[in-house]
Amino acid sequence: MRSYLVLRVVSKLLMPFILLFALYVQFHGDYGPGGGFQAGVIFASAFILYALIFGVKDAGAVLPRGILRFGIAMGVLLYAGVGVFNLLVGGNFLDYNVMAKDPSHGQHLGIWLVELGVGLTVASVMVTIFFTFAGHRDRPQE
Amino acid sequence: MALTVLAIVRIRNLFAVVMLGSIYSLLAAAMFVVLDAVDVAFTEASVGAGISTVLALGTLALTTDREKKPIHTKLVPLCVVILTGAALIYGTLDLAPFGAADAPVHKHVAPTYLTEAQEKTTVPNVVTAVLASYRGYDTLGEVTVIFTAGIGVILLLGNWRRERQPGDDQNA
Repeated sequence: MRSYLVLRVVSKLLMPFILLFALYVQFHGDYGPGGGFQAGVIFASAFILYALIFGVKDAGAVLPRGILRFGIAMGVLLYAGVGVFNLLVGGNFLDYNVMAKDPSHGQHLGIWLVELGVGLTVASVMVTIFFTFAGHRDRPQE
Repeated sequence: MALTVLAIVRIRNLFAVVMLGSIYSLLAAAMFVVLDAVDVAFTEASVGAGISTVLALGTLALTTDREKKPIHTKLVPLCVVILTGAALIYGTLDLAPFGAADAPVHKHVAPTYLTEAQEKTTVPNVVTAVLASYRGYDTLGEVTVIFTAGIGVILLLGNWRRERQPGDDQNA
């Protein structure tokens, strides 16, 4: 893949815009279509594009396996943690009203955090699945 | 869409099948847009047409891109398909007509969501409000499913075994 100059330049140009669009979908999910699931997938697709063009090894250097596994667990923990936090401050599980002084602020904060957790897990899982699939062949036979 | 499905059934080259599947997802996404379900269309386009295609291509790279000739008779699968199809069509007879405002699905909780979601959550996108707030448990479950899928792939295909000491394999 080293020699495809056009592909390499175009994908490098596209990467920041894909990531930016993913962040927009993530944090604008309250106001327009989108949310954690879609944003996570778009975010992951940027890294999958990078891995397709530059190879899994280089992409793995950008996003090490440890960070990905941390992200997978962190997203679920963040989501469930919001629920437990609501329990601790005196509400029901995943009842965001109690997260801030004003119920609507609580709702916004809760949904924002929960969507962040969804996006984190989805993006990490998608990139991980692709890396493991694509990296499986390079693995020496045991 | 029907044409794509017929082509998928006929073609034996799995690479073309994956591409046709992607086209099918894109057509489905366009159909969702026409039906004003933008969030669903978004998901279908990114997950169905995007990531699934890439993952299927990755799987093809690991295995083979030619479909094997069937060794069993086609009669039993045909019977199963016809029976299931007949059952599904029989089920649609009881459905409310397309677009009917008095369909049961519009009478149950949907009006509450549509009228209350704005003032209770003050989130302009009702889909997000329902997904993350009203149906928070469901979404937590979905995230857990994805989490489990990722862990499963890591356990099955990941090279975690190499990170352990060489002698550990006999004990495991």
